[in-house]
Amino acid sequence: MEISELIEKLALIVALFGVTLGIAAYATYFERKVAAWFQDRIGPDRAGPFGILQPLADGGKLFFKEDFIPANAEKWLFIMGPGIAMFTALMTGSVIPWSTDLELFGQTVALQVADINIGILFIMGFLSIGVYGIMIGGWASNNKFSLFGAIRASSQMISYELAMGICVITIVMMSGSLSLRDIVNTQHGMNWNVFYQPLAFVIFFICSLAETNRAPFDLAECESELIGGYHTEYGSMKMGFYLFAEYVSLFTSSAVISVLFFGGFNFPGMDNFDGNTLAILGVVAMFTKTFFFIFVFMWIRWTIPRFRFDQLMHLGWKSLIPISIINMLITGLVIAFNEGWFK
Amino acid sequence: MQSLSNRKKVVSNKKMTFLEKIYLPAIFGGMWITFKHLLRKNNTLRYPEHTREFAPVYRGQHVLKRDEEGRENCTACGLCAVACPAEAITMVAAEREKGEEKLYREEKYAASYEINMLRCIFCGLCEEACPKEAVFLTDRIVPTNFERDSFVYGKDRLVEDINNRIDITKRQHTGKRTEK
Repeated sequence: MEISELIEKLALIVALFGVTLGIAAYATYFERKVAAWFQDRIGPDRAGPFGILQPLADGGKLFFKEDFIPANAEKWLFIMGPGIAMFTALMTGSVIPWSTDLELFGQTVALQVADINIGILFIMGFLSIGVYGIMIGGWASNNKFSLFGAIRASSQMISYELAMGICVITIVMMSGSLSLRDIVNTQHGMNWNVFYQPLAFVIFFICSLAETNRAPFDLAECESELIGGYHTEYGSMKMGFYLFAEYVSLFTSSAVISVLFFGGFNFPGMDNFDGNTLAILGVVAMFTKTFFFIFVFMWIRWTIPRFRFDQLMHLGWKSLIPISIINMLITGLVIAFNEGWFK
Repeated sequence: MQSLSNRKKVVSNKKMTFLEKIYLPAIFGGMWITFKHLLRKNNTLRYPEHTREFAPVYRGQHVLKRDEEGRENCTACGLCAVACPAEAITMVAAEREKGEEKLYREEKYAASYEINMLRCIFCGLCEEACPKEAVFLTDRIVPTNFERDSFVYGKDRLVEDINNRIDITKRQHTGKRTEK
């Protein structure tokens, strides 16, 4: 590996890190604004113009609060929990392709931190590890509400990962590759997967709601029953890490949805552009889609009440998994038919 | 059994239809409702910059009026204290001395006049009871404080300043004494 390549990757990582954290921070602001709009209110508007500095104020507040560890908590696990949650949330962003290659200083810069050939598996893997952050945090708190939240979160995430994985398999079958860049490239122009796999999209979307622990599947937090669930005992920036990790994963899962189903950086009429113009327009398209899905996530959160736990399990095991398996089988049959295997 | 209140509701546990079972139509319906609220204008009043306009008959902090020549109207008759349902008003009467004609309108006046703003329910009965048109409720808000004692308002805070009259015409037809 050459030095220039190293610098390029380092710059990309730092940029992605900054952008992810920035978007996550402003997602908290935007969430409060969206909630306010849906409820005929104004929302935060005191810190700076239109309340633009609200995330800074929130972060500052969390930093200056007392960093408290309960006497009966497992100290190291208690500290590890938010760390794992944040780490896994940030890692998933690294394999997402943000746009086509950019030409900079005579070099080709791929706008993707790591184009590994099993990108989507990588994301699924890190989503699964994300359970550990919640599970460990809830366990280490030594509090029954935290433990309840952690148990709910883990059972929920494990059940919804199955249906999610099967939906991903249908997409992988269609594109013939596990690499996210290949998946995006097969959706050239307006040839998006959502038009071929609407059912898989709906199931994947529902599962990502469950995976990010957002309403209507926020049983792990569940203020009204579990007083915040797994982060009941957390305060200060550890709490901030959990909340932040939730918004980071909100951002990455929106990005994954737009990559898998909405063509990532593809947009209609992209053949008229090339080179850097195409790359920049691709970034714009990608982020427009991502922001749209972040908005939809928030829209759903402020519309739908929370599921009951038995409803959640019914939906996961009895509806989503069978439907996604049938969907996968039909997709397989159609692909086999098109390839001429039945002749 | 015959329902007595006519508010009895029969609980039905009917099976959900297919459309209800897949939840999605209901969810989209709900999202459409919230989306309409997104576009709606909100009614929020940005408080410190804008204050809500009071109704003309708003009953706030009391004032002890002076007459046109600046003499205190109150004669310490005690009718307001009698009328007060919250027993918030106390007063001590005193006789006017020679040379005090410029200060007090009649021969008797209130040496001290106290309203406990924590007891007061701002019903306005004191104002109704007052035969001398001395005590009125105004559109001013009693400010908050951390000490209970400071809510007992004496004459220093109740009697209006001679150069800075309190306008009560908004909720009174005149605010001036009529001959009886």
